[in-house]
Amino acid sequence: MSFFENRTASAPTGLAKLLHFHWPLILLISAIATLGWLMLYSIAGGDFARWAQPQMNRYFIGLAAMFWIGLMPIWFWNLTAWPAYAIGIVLLLYVEFFGAVGMGAQRWIDLGFMMLQPSELMKVALIMALASYYSKLDDRLISHPFWVLLPVVAIIAPTVLVLMQPNLGTAVMTLAVGGVMMFAAGVSLWYFGAVIGITMGAVAAIFLTRGTAWQLLHDYQYKRIDTFLDPAADPLGAGYNIIQAQIALGSGGWSGKGFMQGTQSRLNFLPEKHTDFIFTTLGEEFGYLGAMSLLVLYTLVLVFLVWAAVRNRDRFSQLLIIGVAVNFFLYIAVNLSMVMGMAPVVGVPLPLLSYGGSATLVVMIAFGLVHSAIVHRPR
Amino acid sequence: MARKPKTQAELNEGVTRRALMISVGMGAMVAALGARMHLLGVAQSDEYRLLAEENRINIRLLPPARGQLFDRAGVLIAGNEQNYRVVITKEDASKAIGGVQMVLDRLCQIIPMTDGDVAEALKALERNSPFVPIPVAERLSWQDFSEVSINGPALPGVTPEVGLSRHYPLVGDFAHVVGYVGPVSEKDLEGVEKPDPLLLIPRFQIGKIGVERWLESDLRGGAGTRQIEVNAVGRVMRELSREEGIAGADITLTLDARVQNFVQARLGEESAACVIMDVQTGDLIAAASAPSFDPNLFVRGIASADYKVLIEDDHRPLANKVVQGAYPPGSTFKMVTALAALADGVIDTETRVNCPGYYESGGRRFHCWRAGGHGSVDLERSLMESCDVYYYDIAQRVGIDKVAEMGRQLGLGIRHDLPMSAIAEGNMPDKAWKERVHNAEWRIGDTINAAIGQGYVLTSPLQLAVMTARIATGKHIEPRLIKAVSGVEIPIAPAPDLVVAGEKLAAVQRGMFAVMNGETGTARGSRVADETMIMCGKTGTAQVRNISAAERETGVVRNEDLPWNRRDHALFVGYAPAENPRYAVAVVVEHGGGGSAAAAPIARDALLSALTGGIPPLSAYPADQRPAIEARFNELTLRFDNLGAQAPTKT
Repeated sequence: MSFFENRTASAPTGLAKLLHFHWPLILLISAIATLGWLMLYSIAGGDFARWAQPQMNRYFIGLAAMFWIGLMPIWFWNLTAWPAYAIGIVLLLYVEFFGAVGMGAQRWIDLGFMMLQPSELMKVALIMALASYYSKLDDRLISHPFWVLLPVVAIIAPTVLVLMQPNLGTAVMTLAVGGVMMFAAGVSLWYFGAVIGITMGAVAAIFLTRGTAWQLLHDYQYKRIDTFLDPAADPLGAGYNIIQAQIALGSGGWSGKGFMQGTQSRLNFLPEKHTDFIFTTLGEEFGYLGAMSLLVLYTLVLVFLVWAAVRNRDRFSQLLIIGVAVNFFLYIAVNLSMVMGMAPVVGVPLPLLSYGGSATLVVMIAFGLVHSAIVHRPR
Repeated sequence: MARKPKTQAELNEGVTRRALMISVGMGAMVAALGARMHLLGVAQSDEYRLLAEENRINIRLLPPARGQLFDRAGVLIAGNEQNYRVVITKEDASKAIGGVQMVLDRLCQIIPMTDGDVAEALKALERNSPFVPIPVAERLSWQDFSEVSINGPALPGVTPEVGLSRHYPLVGDFAHVVGYVGPVSEKDLEGVEKPDPLLLIPRFQIGKIGVERWLESDLRGGAGTRQIEVNAVGRVMRELSREEGIAGADITLTLDARVQNFVQARLGEESAACVIMDVQTGDLIAAASAPSFDPNLFVRGIASADYKVLIEDDHRPLANKVVQGAYPPGSTFKMVTALAALADGVIDTETRVNCPGYYESGGRRFHCWRAGGHGSVDLERSLMESCDVYYYDIAQRVGIDKVAEMGRQLGLGIRHDLPMSAIAEGNMPDKAWKERVHNAEWRIGDTINAAIGQGYVLTSPLQLAVMTARIATGKHIEPRLIKAVSGVEIPIAPAPDLVVAGEKLAAVQRGMFAVMNGETGTARGSRVADETMIMCGKTGTAQVRNISAAERETGVVRNEDLPWNRRDHALFVGYAPAENPRYAVAVVVEHGGGGSAAAAPIARDALLSALTGGIPPLSAYPADQRPAIEARFNELTLRFDNLGAQAPTKT
């Protein structure tokens, strides 16, 4: 047995751990982030300092956080899962009462150098907590009603708090991530069947109570759904974003209008073009090829993550990586279907591309956890 | 049922199985996203590309330069001047603290603006899209204009710009003929199916009356376009392409600015009209109506106080009396009656009629203007001394229908087609007309009144000039006002001969010669001394009131003793030179008194001005009148000196 095989077969220690980081994955996310900086530079009309520079700084802070977290042993994160969950709940309660109000919702804690959305942090804490929970639960009790109820409560509590901010998009994502993790852990399919049935009933209830005193959603949330269903009905009002976003994507054609040549974004027809709608600028300037390239990069990230989960033999690590992958996937799926007119506009950023601190940082923290799991996997 | 806990490997297998199911779900979603992207970016790309272009490109109209108007010698009558103005864009102005109102308040402190201007600007801003620039102040001085420019940062949405605006350098001289332009009103757009997009430009100027209105389609030109790229809120980012408009056609009028200016000045503040016509071509050389007004006031938007003054003046400065006025022609009509009788053969050139001072018919007595009568008069003397009884008699013989027919043949009672506003048709009555309009039988008294141009007969100065030109030449001359469009001369069709000619026409012409040159001619005081410019003419005095029998007993009240609006109209028609006539003239001085005293001198000055092309030389006048004439000319304020150079004009 050669020295190298011995080193890789046994758990690495010290800085040697860096060799066991998933370098192709790091390269991949760095490529996506670089694409984001390019787009932000273009949207600012060639102004690097406006959006690209701060976003770059955040990415490198996030990268540092990722390495730090990755170097920590995985048992440490299993140990801190529930404390992290508790902190997340406290932060959510804090913003509920003291948070900064932005765009009609209480979402942010001002950290001075950035605005933090605890709801984003909460999702990672939830992933850790559920992974930890199922790593310790006797597999025979997984589908036992009581032991199903516990994680459900753990999922519902932050979801309700996020919904109260109000932030429908993140609430739905929190719920979905938790649900998929329970699914991955092996909870009986009957429960999921039941939940799907109840959900459909709830959707019916949401629409049937509309306009009455018991309506379940905010008016603007109903309006978003209406707008999604028929954007042309109000082209200069609520439907404007969806229509203009699709015009931008469609007008890019096969290979786009060229870097910094997008008329829709440059002339301000696009809303939120540097944050949630950044994909539209990509589609407009780099066309179908550019948009599909990004989709391929994202898919590769997902493939790497799922493969890392399957290969890992530690149950906590497996569930943790799957949770991170699902979370990452949900960002992409919700954001892209929103900008392409397949879902209502719900304020979900595109990971690693959209301008914004919380999402970038949280995604990098999640990748840090994935690396910790990969580096410290049982050999 | 109790079972053994699964091994680590079994648990891993379970996770792998579930992970696979999750991956399938994620893969399906990614495929759906890819398909959607394919639909947008490839399948429907053309459609979206079009929408993106529509989004960003906006077409703005460029108003063309309006065609200019020149006199026959090329003197500018109506031109375009640089207009320093200020426009305001709501979209930008409303972003300021305090909004549009604050911006306008600040603007008021810099440039003179009334509350009315501000209110109107606010209304216009309300009506138009937020990114359409609305003019709020026009014709600023350079001083004000530059102050607005300097204060730009404090005035968001306010842009100083330079446009073109109509300007009439000769002020009142052509006010009636040319008219004026003004901003498009809602009334202008009424009933127009698809208005020229130019008309929708705020404050676009179109012709309101006169030549400006009737030749609007030639003068306006075609809109240019400017393709501009706009952003989502309509702000102009850059110009993509520019196609200049087609300037309106320049139009040369037949009028002579120097003659027109002299005649207008000569009429002074009288309520009067004077028209000079080239008897060969029909060209109108001058068409003056007094008093006049400054058309530039209307272009700027006339103040209501100024407008009230114009409207309430009993001399009616806004009316174009040359074509709008309908006056009884008085004795100037006698040529028509004479020619009708001659053409019909009821008299010949030697026929004599006895004038005892009155004419009796059907038990009524019709008076000659000379109470004592003229004795035995022939055609020549009847014109020279303007004997009324001669015409009562011959009109009775020939009948009103023949007289009316001759009147129409000579251009009376006919609407001459000129590009001027409110052209009167006048009235040339006959039996059928009275039957139709008054539903009454034509009476002998009607014929007698009509014979001397009173009663139902109404003519405009233009019609009288046409009549005179036709008598002077024996040809069916048509008046015209437009000499050339865009430098292309308008051809003149050769005029056909009148039905009367030869000796009959010559006898009437001799009579008109005698009016001015005969020993007892009614207009002898206004004769021309210069052999080459000898003038023929006919005076006319039209009553505007009935003289009762009682008044006739005590002696007719003299004009000077009557209030202005009860006095007679003074008329004169004439032409010169007597041999080979060139110009015909018609003058009406409303309530001026006698034709020989009030109208004939003006007609002579006007004809001499046309013949010499400016201020008439004193040598053309009889020696004894020259000092008085010189004194009168010295009092006139003229725009051109005697060499034809244009004096600097005040605007």
